[in-house]
Amino acid sequence: MIVRRTDQQRIVITGVGLTAPNGNSLAEFRQSLLDGRSGVIEYETRYFGKTVAGVCNFDELRYQKRKEVRRGTRAGGIGIFCSHEAIADSGLDWQNVDKANVGIYVGVTEHGNVETENEIFQISGYNYDTQFWSHHHNPRTVANNPAGEISLNLKITGPHYTLGAACAAGNAGLIQGVQMLRLGECDVALCGGVSESIHSFGIFASFNSQGALAKHDDPTKASRPFDAQRNGIVVAEGGCMMVLERLSDAMGRDANIYGEIIGYAMNSDATDFVNPDPDRQAECIRLALKRAELDPDDIDIVSTHATGTTTGDTQECKALRQIWDGAGHTAMNNTKSFIGHAMGAAGALELAGNFGALRDGVCHPTINLDNLDPECELPGLVINQPKELGNVNVILNNSFGMLGINSVVVVRRI
Amino acid sequence: MTTAEIRKAVLDILADIAPDEDLSDLKDDVTFRDQLELDSMDFLDIVMELRKRYRIQIPEEEYTELASMGSTVKYLEPLMKDVE
Repeated sequence: MIVRRTDQQRIVITGVGLTAPNGNSLAEFRQSLLDGRSGVIEYETRYFGKTVAGVCNFDELRYQKRKEVRRGTRAGGIGIFCSHEAIADSGLDWQNVDKANVGIYVGVTEHGNVETENEIFQISGYNYDTQFWSHHHNPRTVANNPAGEISLNLKITGPHYTLGAACAAGNAGLIQGVQMLRLGECDVALCGGVSESIHSFGIFASFNSQGALAKHDDPTKASRPFDAQRNGIVVAEGGCMMVLERLSDAMGRDANIYGEIIGYAMNSDATDFVNPDPDRQAECIRLALKRAELDPDDIDIVSTHATGTTTGDTQECKALRQIWDGAGHTAMNNTKSFIGHAMGAAGALELAGNFGALRDGVCHPTINLDNLDPECELPGLVINQPKELGNVNVILNNSFGMLGINSVVVVRRI
Repeated sequence: MTTAEIRKAVLDILADIAPDEDLSDLKDDVTFRDQLELDSMDFLDIVMELRKRYRIQIPEEEYTELASMGSTVKYLEPLMKDVE
């Protein structure tokens, strides 16, 4: 069903705040993507030992006191940093915004593993006597924690919650923001996704046991989606929060508008715990295109989800080739090749990384692609160097996750 | 531990759980809450840190003894006199 929307029902992005392994603002992040600068470094974690990871270096104390950092979680701290940056970027008169009408919707792949692992390790020093288990554990591990910490820090009294959506979570957070604005549940949606996963040894160990953890002598070359020598995922931390408003409100205050979310879709494979189903992914993309009232060739850039796993990349490529046959002009890229997989933040971060193209027409590439896997041949794939596309009007952003959760967001320049 | 050492031990704990606070002028006869930004979770941190660092067990009904530096040190003196 196609719905004609009024300006009150059209939802636009007016602010972006982020931290990525290769940038702590949208401008820094964009420049790193154009310059081919990776954010993946050597990393060592408890029990698991040496590996590689995408590590952020934002200033934790810019918006939090030391006591808040100590009491809260890394995911909460990332969310707070990104939210402050997004609000400042939006130009909202924040002092006079009714905080009861601000909604916080934060996508997370998982939450609580880091804190639980830390507590178990901590009580191991006390012969596992649970009387030494911290009273901070429950508020740190409740599933709404990252969104709740944003609410506490910014004194936002509207609804706050997280969306557990595996690696589709960043898109899911944005989609929730769109829906709540259209329903009138809030006037400003602060939404996106965060990830603290690199602080959990379990995620590295589990991907390793699955044969899906990237390894490379040079950390900057470890994340290599579509390459024949790819060998798995580089785990990364990060966050990206966006300010969403109704078009009528944004125009009323003459706000800078990055773009309008004109389409989105979520669906489920219902086939496997980890292996994706290209038919359902393609179905999700087609539904997002239909809702956006666009044909595949109307899309200027497809921001792919590919994580660098053998199966995942080929399955997404199968889905994409069902829709884009190479006859059109659509370009495709991948941001995980620079920063690794920022899990719950990935969808929002990777979309934001492409916003610059809506203004300058330049598509950042997928890097570390030395020998293209024939099964990963994609029409319009931008390889290793940025590509001048000319006019870029529409970006389609894929984000998929375990248990067969698929999400697609379509953004158009205004 | 001497009285001075116990006071120093409590100060060290406060420095960890309230790292933004200036503790140099902390008055012994004024409640912590009237001088510092402490909430109930912070007081539980004091109890937990005493347990971890010195194996001191403080029953819940006696938490009120930790209201000020003066009352805390006085309460801890018999419990920590044999702590080295």
